[in-house]
Amino acid sequence: MVVQFASTILAAAGLTLLLAIGALVLASALGLALAGARLSGRRWLAGLAVAFTFVIRGIPDLVMMLLAFYSLPALINQLLERAGIDLYVDFSPFAAGTVTLGILFSAYMSETFRSALGNIPAGQIEAAQALGLHPLRIFLRITLPQMALLALPGFTNNWLVLVKATALVSLIGLQDVMFRAKAAAEATGQPFTYYLVAAGFYLLVTLGSTWALARLGRRLDPARTGARA
Amino acid sequence: MTEKLRAEGIRKSYGTHEVLRGVSLTAGAGDVISLIGSSGSGKSTLLRCLNLLERPDAGRILLEGEALALARQRDGRLGAADPKQLRRMRARLSMVFQDFCLWSHMTILHNLTEAPRQVLGKSRAEAEDLARRTLAKVGLPETVLNRHPGQLSGGQQQRVAIARALCMEPEVMLFDEPTSALDPERVAEVLKVMQALAEEGRTMIVVTHEMGFARHASTRVVFLEEGRIGAEGPPEDIFTRTENPRLQRFLAGRLQP
Repeated sequence: MVVQFASTILAAAGLTLLLAIGALVLASALGLALAGARLSGRRWLAGLAVAFTFVIRGIPDLVMMLLAFYSLPALINQLLERAGIDLYVDFSPFAAGTVTLGILFSAYMSETFRSALGNIPAGQIEAAQALGLHPLRIFLRITLPQMALLALPGFTNNWLVLVKATALVSLIGLQDVMFRAKAAAEATGQPFTYYLVAAGFYLLVTLGSTWALARLGRRLDPARTGARA
Repeated sequence: MTEKLRAEGIRKSYGTHEVLRGVSLTAGAGDVISLIGSSGSGKSTLLRCLNLLERPDAGRILLEGEALALARQRDGRLGAADPKQLRRMRARLSMVFQDFCLWSHMTILHNLTEAPRQVLGKSRAEAEDLARRTLAKVGLPETVLNRHPGQLSGGQQQRVAIARALCMEPEVMLFDEPTSALDPERVAEVLKVMQALAEEGRTMIVVTHEMGFARHASTRVVFLEEGRIGAEGPPEDIFTRTENPRLQRFLAGRLQP
């Protein structure tokens, strides 16, 4: 019976990982845009990004999740009804979870990217400009690879926190690893066993990704030791 | 003598501090101009205005008679009116920096081929062939092609940076204190390469503290003081016949450290 319940829990591993990866992609893209906005030199754009980051970081993840899943559709439906539009909006827990986690972590990612961008030796960008390279090419060939290397430690950290934060979606009814662990614990009266299975799963994911990202870091870092600006 | 690069009335201030107070400079084909002066005299700023890495407050820049179109920007400085034209002109004015500024995540080969391929549209084979030939010219073995900048000594890195600039087959080369970040025993190897380029008849504008280079390798020396040209002329005049007391004092400090 333990094996059966445990395998039910782990069958949701794919779902949890998909959720985490989806949120990571969204958080990275949005985080990069936010970092770009802050460094754009346009005051209103930078201000908007600062305000967004501040608000997001100031609200607990759980509150955000519940707001997005319950309150937001309710608000939209009320507005639709008042506008006389016969439409009922409902978010799937998966979509709501992915988007909410994506937005939440974009704030942390933007901080990571911003500090990495700020630490790229300015001379390397200037050298590219001085040779007449196109700004887009400079971004893709010089800025982005340098940023990736500098941002990797912070990125890894954000990812680990993100993986663990996916457990929150069990509260909006998505049948992820955590949801099933809770169900198994309640059905069997053996909370210790099944929560331990869930804990083991998260630990395995974080261990695996720490290893993979450290490897990536070594690949991106071609003996820069002693490199000058 | 055909005119290559001309700057007219370049002005630039930071806040209330005027770094450049209307400097004009013309480099003809084959000219090697050394810009000398104490730190803070504005020589690096002037050099960086020539390819618009610094945006001046006033002035004109012409490359082979073509004026760089400038437009007043919101902060009051002059920027390129046409980014395409700026990129085209920068490609013909390649620059060597004090801190080498090689792209640390790329191999030496890619450092050398990136701009020729992207900006000049050379094929990979052409660009790699050019990279090899240019590397030989700055006295480095082909074995460094697959290394990264961090694996080379400062002198080697600066020679790669010179090769990177040379690979653009530029009209004018700009050098911004190219030996100032080097260990003393590495300075000579870089100066030797620069001297060879000067003898080849390349047009060069060099900001330098190396009085030996200024005296023996340049065709003209420009002494900047407090944002103005204090003296200019052939090296012999500047180093042996000057009557300018500030220049005399500067040279006395430089020649007997």
